[in-house]
Amino acid sequence: MASTIRVRAILNGEITEVQTLIQHPMDSGFIKGENGELTPAHFIRELTFEHDGRKVFVADWGTAVSKDPYVKFSFKGGNKGGDLKVSWIDNKGETDATIVKIQ
Amino acid sequence: MTPHNRFPATRRLILKGAGSLALAGLGVISFRPATAFAAANDKYPEDAFKQKDAREAIKLLYGRTAEPSDKVKLDAPEIAENGAVVPIAVTTTLTEVTSVSFLVPENPNVLAAYYRILPGTMPNVANRLKMAKTSNVIVLVEAGGKLYSATKEVKVTVGGCGG
Repeated sequence: MASTIRVRAILNGEITEVQTLIQHPMDSGFIKGENGELTPAHFIRELTFEHDGRKVFVADWGTAVSKDPYVKFSFKGGNKGGDLKVSWIDNKGETDATIVKIQ
Repeated sequence: MTPHNRFPATRRLILKGAGSLALAGLGVISFRPATAFAAANDKYPEDAFKQKDAREAIKLLYGRTAEPSDKVKLDAPEIAENGAVVPIAVTTTLTEVTSVSFLVPENPNVLAAYYRILPGTMPNVANRLKMAKTSNVIVLVEAGGKLYSATKEVKVTVGGCGG
């Protein structure tokens, strides 16, 4: 299965800018589905970014993060060709992870 | 999706809570954060995410109140046509930032996202949030052990708390 995570990490000077898009329903649990019943909450709780094994950024999310979430941040200390690992876990225990090279 | 009556009766309580929420003027008079607060460790702040009242969420998350700061820039649209996807970002010139969080007091659960800014990471974060209706958006920046905030109202034309 293709990764749910699309991430781009670009080094500019000493700062690496990271943009991430994830495919995930991010169901809040407050919305009724077509059957008239509330769709149970299903959302990413934690999204973690590690550069060469060191955590640089952690997102803790609730149900108010939009469907197919997007997040952008930047950090110092990245190197061209260095690894950036992105991983998430949702409230059902489902997970995904990917590793990209810093460009 | 039914456009109305999506929220339980606790909605009234949220409105009440948001009305009495006065971040401004509270200053930094507060007790010291203990290690039990979410901001002090790296556990998912489960309880803070369940709160219906912004002050409660902030208290659970940080154990202190926030001081409005013009060094915190909250970038959010004046009007969001689609409440399901509202682009919101923060930048700050504050140093020693350890976390950033976004709250939408009119949402069923007020805390939307909490970001841990680890050493070397810039205190600038952009994300997209759902807004059930017109509301203030509050961003909190924890820097040097203190808590700062910025607030902006976003008018929502079509609410979307679930997309």
